[in-house]
Amino acid sequence: MRRTLAARSAAATSALAVVLLTLSIGLIFFWAPTDADQGFSQRIFYFHVPIALTAYVCFGWGAWKALRVLWKRDDRADVASYVAIHQGVVFGALTLLTGSIWARASWGVWWSWSENQLVLFLVLFLFYCAYFMLRFSLEPGRSRANMSAVYALFGVVLIPVSFLAIRLSQKFIHPVVFNSHGPQMSGSQFVTFLVSLAGMLALFATLYQVELAGKRLDASLRELRELLV
Amino acid sequence: MTGDTPSEWQYVAAAYLVVFVTVLLWVAIIGAKLQRLQREVGDLVESARRTHG
Repeated sequence: MRRTLAARSAAATSALAVVLLTLSIGLIFFWAPTDADQGFSQRIFYFHVPIALTAYVCFGWGAWKALRVLWKRDDRADVASYVAIHQGVVFGALTLLTGSIWARASWGVWWSWSENQLVLFLVLFLFYCAYFMLRFSLEPGRSRANMSAVYALFGVVLIPVSFLAIRLSQKFIHPVVFNSHGPQMSGSQFVTFLVSLAGMLALFATLYQVELAGKRLDASLRELRELLV
Repeated sequence: MTGDTPSEWQYVAAAYLVVFVTVLLWVAIIGAKLQRLQREVGDLVESARRTHG
């Protein structure tokens, strides 16, 4: 029953992701106006920022599951935390790649070490890359689950720091789109951004559910093999 | 849109292509994994049949 519900949920979120991402591509290229300051290259924003926010959501979800591992002794949450962090690293890599391409188009450089926002995001990304080194250096079991959970919870502290870095920075060239006065863009740009963000979150939900189902199926098969062989 | 320089178009296309290729790659990896799991289930069914007649 639980498996059937999970399969239906994955099918629903994947359909939603396809619809929303197709719609967002249409809005990005045929509806949203070209930005007066940055020109055509600003259209990278509509995927770059939702991907970055989705990476934060992945890491946050991974931390929530990690908390459940430590708090409720929930063994299923350990795999869920691992999968969420794995997805976060994929979305994080995409953030760095699309951001680098955008930087090249707008600033003429692939990377700027003087930008706190970029460097902190890189630190966050590398921190979570190291999560896998820790996890795979330990034997599977309760100890590995606990250590991975503690690491995942430490990492989540970097998220608000990374998010606020640009606002705390004194000197920056990275654009600030959301400030205390709300989104600094036109209505059509904001709608396009929201559709892209919803599409990315639906994509994450799909990838997360499919990968998690695969991991659990793999574990069940391993158990079955041990029972049979 | 016609006044944009070709290089700007190329950068935007490259950014979207990176995302598209990554998702495609992910689907391919999951597809390969599903095939492996299907093969393993087949092997286990075969093994169970042999063991339990």
